[in-house]
Amino acid sequence: MVNRSEIMIEAKDLVYHYPGEEEPSSPALSGINLAVNRGEYLALLGPNGSGKTTLMKLFNALLAPSEGEVRVEGISTIDEGRITEIRRYCGMIFQNPDNQLVATTVEEDIAFGLENLALPPAEIRKRVIDVARLLGLEHLLLQPPHLLSGGEKQRVAIAGVLAMRPHCILMDEPTAMLDPAGRRDVLKTVQGLNREQGIAVVHVTHFPEEAVFADRVIILNQGRLVRQGPPENVLSDLPLLHSFGLQGNAVVELAALLREDGFDLPPQLIHSRELVHYLCLSERKS
Amino acid sequence: MSRSITLGQYFPGRSLIHRMNPRLKILSLLVVLALLFSLQTYPGLAGLLVIVLAMITTTRVPFRYFLKGLRPIFYIALFALVIYFFFTSGGVVLLRVGFITVESEGVREGIFVILRLVTLVLFSLLLTLTTTPLSLTYGLGYFLRPLRYIGLPTEEVAMIMAIALRFIPTLMEESQRLMRAQVSRGADFETGSIFRRAKSLVPLIVPLFVSAFRRADELALAMEARGYRIGALRTRMHEDTIAPRDWAVLAVVVAMLVASLTLGL
Repeated sequence: MVNRSEIMIEAKDLVYHYPGEEEPSSPALSGINLAVNRGEYLALLGPNGSGKTTLMKLFNALLAPSEGEVRVEGISTIDEGRITEIRRYCGMIFQNPDNQLVATTVEEDIAFGLENLALPPAEIRKRVIDVARLLGLEHLLLQPPHLLSGGEKQRVAIAGVLAMRPHCILMDEPTAMLDPAGRRDVLKTVQGLNREQGIAVVHVTHFPEEAVFADRVIILNQGRLVRQGPPENVLSDLPLLHSFGLQGNAVVELAALLREDGFDLPPQLIHSRELVHYLCLSERKS
Repeated sequence: MSRSITLGQYFPGRSLIHRMNPRLKILSLLVVLALLFSLQTYPGLAGLLVIVLAMITTTRVPFRYFLKGLRPIFYIALFALVIYFFFTSGGVVLLRVGFITVESEGVREGIFVILRLVTLVLFSLLLTLTTTPLSLTYGLGYFLRPLRYIGLPTEEVAMIMAIALRFIPTLMEESQRLMRAQVSRGADFETGSIFRRAKSLVPLIVPLFVSAFRRADELALAMEARGYRIGALRTRMHEDTIAPRDWAVLAVVVAMLVASLTLGL
C-alpha cells in the first residue's frame, strides 16, 4: 500500500509571474509552500484568477517557476531532460473535454501518451485495453471523440492519463463543462482511482461540494495560499468562503440558516448524511 | 447532421483490399497508373477494366459510390471526346457536316482515352474508399520521409494532418452552432446574391477562427502535458505491418507493367 506520509509533489517558496507582467506587485502566485502526499486527495478551491490553474501547470512542468522550485518525485521541474518523466508521474486533465483529445479514435487517444513514451506497440495495446476495461470504456474504443458525451470525453482523457501509470492526477475544473450525469461519472471515476489504486489527486474546483470528499482542502486567493486543512474545517467556515466570493456547499449553507433559526447543530457539518442525522436527533428530542 | 459527416470517402469493410497495408496500396496504385498509360491496345485496357471491376465487387462497397466518384470527370470526358472525334484524322470518314469530318481513327482514340480515364478514376477510388483518412495520411507521410534529410519535419506534418482530421467534425459542429446563433438574431445566410451571401458569412468566420485558435492553444498544452515533444522518438499503437500478401499484390502489378511494356499490349 502507499505510504501516505511520503511527499510526492513539493512546492517551495514558489513565485510565478506571467511573462510581460513582471511588476512585483501582482505575481500570479507568490509564497506558495505546499506538499502533496502520496495517495492524497487534495481539493484546491479559489475564485477566478486566484492562480489555481497556474499552480497546476507548474506541477506538470508546463510552466517553470519564476522563483523557488517545484519538485515532483524529487525531480525539479526545471530539469529539461526529465520533463517527460515528470509528466508521466503527474498526468493532467483539463477543463474543456473537446480540446484535450488528440486522436481520431478513442483507443488512439488513450494510446497518445504511451506513444510519446515510445513504448513497444504490443505494450501500448495491452495497456489501452486494460485501462478501457477499468473505466468501462471498452465499447467506445473505435468511436471518434466527437460522437462521445462530455462525461465520456472526460473519462477518455482520464484513461489517457491513467494508461501512463501516473502517481498523481492533476485536474483543472474537470467537471465545469459537464452535465450533472457526466459530472457524477467523472467524480466517481476519480474517487475510485484514488481509493483503490492509491493515485494522488489534486482537484481544482469552483464547487465546494466536490471538495467534500477530499483528504485536504486548500484555498487560494490572489496567488496566495490562504487556508488549508481537512474539509470539515475549511468548508464549514462560511465567513471565510464568502469573503473570497465562494459559496458553501448546500449542506453548509443550509446548516447555517438552521442555526440562525435556533437549531442546535455542531459546527463542522459538511456531509448531508450528518445533517440529516442531527436534524432527526433534535426532532426526537422535541 | 454532424453524425453523418464522413471524413474523406472511406467506406468501412473487412475485405482483403481494405486490410491491405496502406503504403503498399498507394505504391501499387502508382504502378497501376503507370501501367494504364503504357497500355496502347483495346484488349489490354479491357483486361485492366475487368480487373478493377472484379476488385470492386470483392470490397462490397456499393457501386453507386464509384459512380458518384466518376461524376466529376463526366464533362472532362465529354470535352475529350469532342476534341478527338473532330480533330483526329485517319481511317474511314464516318460523318461529314460541312467541312468538319468525323473519322474512324478519332472515334477509336477518343473512346480509348475515355476508358483509360474511367479506369484510372476507378482505381483511385478503390484506394480512397477502402482506406481510412488516417491510414492514408500516415501512408503518404511515410513516402515523405526522405524529405527529412532536407529538413522537413515529416513526422510532425503527419501529426498535423491527423489532428486536422480529428477537428473537422468538431469545427463543423461549432460553425453550425454559430450559424444558428446568428440566425436566431436575424442573420440571413440563404437569400440574396452570391456576393451578399458570401458577405453574410463574415460574422461566422471571424468567431470560428477565434475559437479555433483558442482550441489550438489548449490542445497544444494538453499534448505537452501528455509528454508530446517535437522531435522526440515516438512509437505507434498500430504498427504498420506489411503482410506477405501485400508484397505479392505489388509484385503482381509490377509484373503486369513489365508484361505490358515488353509485349506491347
